Amino acid sequence: MRVARRLILTGNDATAEAMRQIDPDVVTCFPITPQTELMHKFAEHVADGDVKTEFVLVESEHSAMSAAVGAAAAGARAMTATSANGLALMWEIVYIAASYRLPIVMPVVNRALSGPINIHCDHSDTMGCRDTGWIQLYSENAQEVYDNILQAVRIAEHPDVLLPVMVTFDGFILSHTAEILEGLEDAEARNWIGNYEAKYSLLNTDDPVTFGPLDLQDYYFEHKRQEIEGMWHAPTVIREIGRAYGELSGRPYDLFEAYRLEDAELAVVALGSTCGTTKVVVDELRDQGTKAGLLKIRSFRPFPEAEIAEALGNAKAIGVLDRSVSFGAPGGPVHKEIKAALYGTGREIGIVNYIYGLGGRDMSMDNIKTAFAGLEKVAREGTPDDNIRFLGLRGEGGV
Amino acid sequence: MPQLTEIRWHARGGQGAKTASLLVAEAAAMEGKYSQGFPDYGPERMGAPMRGFTRISDKPIRVHCAIYEPGMVVVLDDTLLSAVDVAAGTPADDGLIIVNTVGTAADVRRELKLEGRKIFTIDATGIAIDEIGRPIPNTPMLGALMKVSNLLSLDTVMAQIKKKFSHGFRPEILEGNIRAIQRAYEEVVGE
Repeated sequence: MRVARRLILTGNDATAEAMRQIDPDVVTCFPITPQTELMHKFAEHVADGDVKTEFVLVESEHSAMSAAVGAAAAGARAMTATSANGLALMWEIVYIAASYRLPIVMPVVNRALSGPINIHCDHSDTMGCRDTGWIQLYSENAQEVYDNILQAVRIAEHPDVLLPVMVTFDGFILSHTAEILEGLEDAEARNWIGNYEAKYSLLNTDDPVTFGPLDLQDYYFEHKRQEIEGMWHAPTVIREIGRAYGELSGRPYDLFEAYRLEDAELAVVALGSTCGTTKVVVDELRDQGTKAGLLKIRSFRPFPEAEIAEALGNAKAIGVLDRSVSFGAPGGPVHKEIKAALYGTGREIGIVNYIYGLGGRDMSMDNIKTAFAGLEKVAREGTPDDNIRFLGLRGEGGV
Repeated sequence: MPQLTEIRWHARGGQGAKTASLLVAEAAAMEGKYSQGFPDYGPERMGAPMRGFTRISDKPIRVHCAIYEPGMVVVLDDTLLSAVDVAAGTPADDGLIIVNTVGTAADVRRELKLEGRKIFTIDATGIAIDEIGRPIPNTPMLGALMKVSNLLSLDTVMAQIKKKFSHGFRPEILEGNIRAIQRAYEEVVGE
């Protein structure tokens, strides 16, 4: 039997551990809370000679992503990491990285965007980037952070995909919480990651290529269509790699996880660290005879629409949890995707959107119980007028 | 031991509650248990009230939220007794509260207007000044917690301290901390 390499690490340190094992050719770095300790730890690995990485300290996140783009275009395996305002500052180049089909992997430690200034968790940073062409994998705990990063490299570099991957995890709630996880042995991890031969490289003078030239009415549209196709291939690749990783580690991964969902009448849809807390609440409700379940989204981009619609098949009421807002839109980003997924399935299911946890407001088990309790009525009466609710908010609109 | 033990740490920024909350989690991991340790950051200011949390269980821990009903509370600064509701959510019958103070458990009980619970006190700041030369009460509080909680073996905590302090600390700092933990383990009293 496989003997586990048992670790206790914060989410940040688990990321640095995965990065140590990946040993990327180039890592570009600019610090921002709550990502800072991740790069502290990785910088230690660089200083101690644990990795051969070219570690590039830059003067802003815009430069961090620009340098990662340059490195990846030169054929290097490149990584960087950021949070919130840092992601916002690099946004221009984030979009470019995907457009150039550069398989960069970037851990993003979720933090609320300013203002007012706030260092704590919500998903406004990565949700704001959901249409940049990056694959987005959300993580429930430190184990998933570590596992997702090791898988992200293979997903990004897969020839059918060739798109950058963001591995996101909740600031402080995961980044600064020490907890138990299992790590791969170094040799296993190295073997899993394998060597990287870029299909195209700026440095290959035998096969000269150009990245990012002017591309106007004549071909821009066709090139975007190719990029979209890479994303269309991604679900199959994410699944294949998730299965293979399961064979290696004993922890298989899919695009989403259905937790006690098969016969669930009241279903909650969520992503990130609150999924673990929700599972505990689901178990409690089940013990009391309530048919509760959870659909945990791992891959938000690509969004596995048809499979999710099917998995929610038996629900009479769905509560969608969003840790960010989409101003002026009918509900948060996850809510809209779920509604769109169910459109045309011919099923009338009551759906309520629960906005929660903005700026790090704690998501307690009581909050989640409140969400499920609200769904009882929705199951009986259908989608109510007040279908966008604010969980844990004081004052008007709060539940 | 119940299936899940939850500890809440109350301190002021700079007293080492973050380190303590993680250190107990790491020591629990050494004993093969599942654990979580995490701080509750507000503004990161020296002297501001802050909290730390530790969970220990025989089974994997899935929750990721603050601790609202801790079985155990450790208070690293007795000026917090009048500023923060340190006893909030503790069970009246067997809740455990350990306070760093020169006062007695009866003094703490009066201050908190609290019935029930088990209250223990230890002059961890005095011990830290004597043994480490600095008023950082977190490590002696670990000794006191291990004595009154029976949560983990003192040897495991000592081993974890040695591991943690083996990197970048002078040997006399480690030795001072070990003495401080041992003394607090022996000197903690309560009712």
